[in-house]
Amino acid sequence: MSILIDEKTPIIVQGFTGDKATFHADEMIKYGSNVVGGVTPGKGGNTHLGKPVFNTVKEAVFSTGAQASLAFVPPSYSGDALMEAADGGLRLVCIITDGIPSQDMMRVKRFLRRYPKEKRTMVVGPNCAGIISAGKAMLGIMPGHIYKKGSIGIVSRSGTLGYEAAEQVSNVGLGVSTSVGIGGDPINGSSFLDHMQLFNDDPETEAVIMIGEIGGPQEAEAAAWVKDNMSKPVVGYVAGLTAPKGRRMGHAGAIISKAGDSAAEKSEIMKSFGITVASSANDFGAAIKQALN
Amino acid sequence: MNIHEYQAKELLARFGVTVPQGRVAYTAEQASFAASELGGWNWAVKAQIHSGARGKAGGVKLCKTYNEVQEAAAELLGNRLVTVQTGSEGKLCERVYIEVAEPFIKELYLGFVLDRKAERIRVIASAEGGMEIEELAESAPEKILQVLVEPAVGLQQFQARELAFGLGLNIKQVQRAVGIIMGAYRAFRDKDAEMLEINPMVVTQDDRVVALDAKMSFDENALFRLPDISEMKDLAQEDPREAEASQHNLNYVGLDGNIGCIVNGAGLAMATMDTIKYAGGNPANFLDVGGGASPERVANAFKLVLSDSNVAVILVNIFAGINRCDWIAKGVVDAAKDLRVPLVVRLAGTNVKEGQKIIDESGLPIIKADTLLEACSKAVEQVK
Repeated sequence: MSILIDEKTPIIVQGFTGDKATFHADEMIKYGSNVVGGVTPGKGGNTHLGKPVFNTVKEAVFSTGAQASLAFVPPSYSGDALMEAADGGLRLVCIITDGIPSQDMMRVKRFLRRYPKEKRTMVVGPNCAGIISAGKAMLGIMPGHIYKKGSIGIVSRSGTLGYEAAEQVSNVGLGVSTSVGIGGDPINGSSFLDHMQLFNDDPETEAVIMIGEIGGPQEAEAAAWVKDNMSKPVVGYVAGLTAPKGRRMGHAGAIISKAGDSAAEKSEIMKSFGITVASSANDFGAAIKQALN
Repeated sequence: MNIHEYQAKELLARFGVTVPQGRVAYTAEQASFAASELGGWNWAVKAQIHSGARGKAGGVKLCKTYNEVQEAAAELLGNRLVTVQTGSEGKLCERVYIEVAEPFIKELYLGFVLDRKAERIRVIASAEGGMEIEELAESAPEKILQVLVEPAVGLQQFQARELAFGLGLNIKQVQRAVGIIMGAYRAFRDKDAEMLEINPMVVTQDDRVVALDAKMSFDENALFRLPDISEMKDLAQEDPREAEASQHNLNYVGLDGNIGCIVNGAGLAMATMDTIKYAGGNPANFLDVGGGASPERVANAFKLVLSDSNVAVILVNIFAGINRCDWIAKGVVDAAKDLRVPLVVRLAGTNVKEGQKIIDESGLPIIKADTLLEACSKAVEQVK
């Protein structure tokens, strides 16, 4: 087990024939992901990386039975691509794209709610590194080789901090079940909470590392849920202790604009809900090992 | 992205929001001429800088003659105005806005924000205009009225009406306030604003409702479809280093420490700053070189970090994903020749061995580190 994806999950790539999408789709195939095709409007009927190309998501889903997609679409078309994916009946869409307007994401999230909960698409991202179930499948742009197979779940806003955690996990002799990047945008698809729930139900995952950032309410929401529902140890961390108020730190969502947004406040909230907070980003490995004992 | 008050008012007026008559001026002479063109007996001369709280900082002057207008403008133009929001350096005032000033009987607050938790636009109003809304939220939260906008259908008139009646307005005033609320909402939505504040929105003796001040900022990610907004970008109001960084597609935020940071990924960049602090030092900056950092980008990052004279050591921390360490290492070695400060480099991820080899064979006095904490500790040692 693992969460979200495994080696069987049929995957399509939206924006399949673009340069970056081609590179990463190839990496995904090499890693073992079951890429069954892709979508580029106007290029339907062609073959790319040995897989069929379709004009629309609906055609791709109909012909291949795809369940998940990796969206590599420019910011100006991303909202449209996500809604197309949802309407096409995909269960999961991971969107890497950075720079999508917040109001577009607001509309996308409103659009997703048109579908009953059991049929609703989960959007992971935007502005994220993607999802990897170690040794099984990759739906993203991460360096697959740093993820050793194991029992630690990772959910992180930041891509590179997720890598950092994965490496530290393997340095202490452990491995990763699934690692999810939820992205650094102010309005994103899935939240920490969504993945905590999945990790809690996943028999292969024994403990979870949750890596947040300044800005937004999602870390606190997840922490509150963890206290009442989570049966597995959780190690938390919030980046941006030294970030000044009101300044955007790279990620569109990483800004302290109101009470509860700062790293110190979020760390305190996590602690108050019984989560072990790593003392620095150098401490993920040691902290998760200790939490397991 | 921020714009000036006069630009926000021109924009809002296009969406049907009532604003006072006004003219922008770049010189004192233009200012007095603008006053004569506007007519009347009372004018406000307002410093145009990207900051709120200008009134308290002496940036708004009420004048009764053309001469007074000219003098007020001369005093503001070319000087830096320090407000509680600008920091101690203040911001340079290069434009003033001359506005017809008229008496009012009520000051109200109207604001729009993107609410991250609700994932909707939130409209905020209060009968306590002129105050900072954050202060009011703490001292008297019951005086703040709020509605959330359903994204599929947009703000509805009844919601605007509820807010206006909630502000204690009479029916004539309510009708006009509804016009302002609806117009401001459309401007916010159509122009991808992140924040819009009309503080104060005033009511006049004859029941008119007017946006006396306006502050607006926009979603940078939406500028691809907003040429009219990006045209209003005023680089003079931005930190010169940050403006330079954005020209090179780098994310830079200046801080007051002495350890310069070059990192890939926003999260890792923040965590590096935090770990420097944890190791007993102080970061000089936040800098994210991004996922596909080319040698050219690394070189620009070095230039930028070194342009801060406080920087006494540089720490490069790269966890290569899409990137390859050897590619980054080449950039670092090129940029590190003739460096005026010590350099600590930590590489991890894809092709780390090849990267290390390039650093070793460069013959440069680069201090290597394997982990995040080791890198930060070594950088801190260099400045102790």
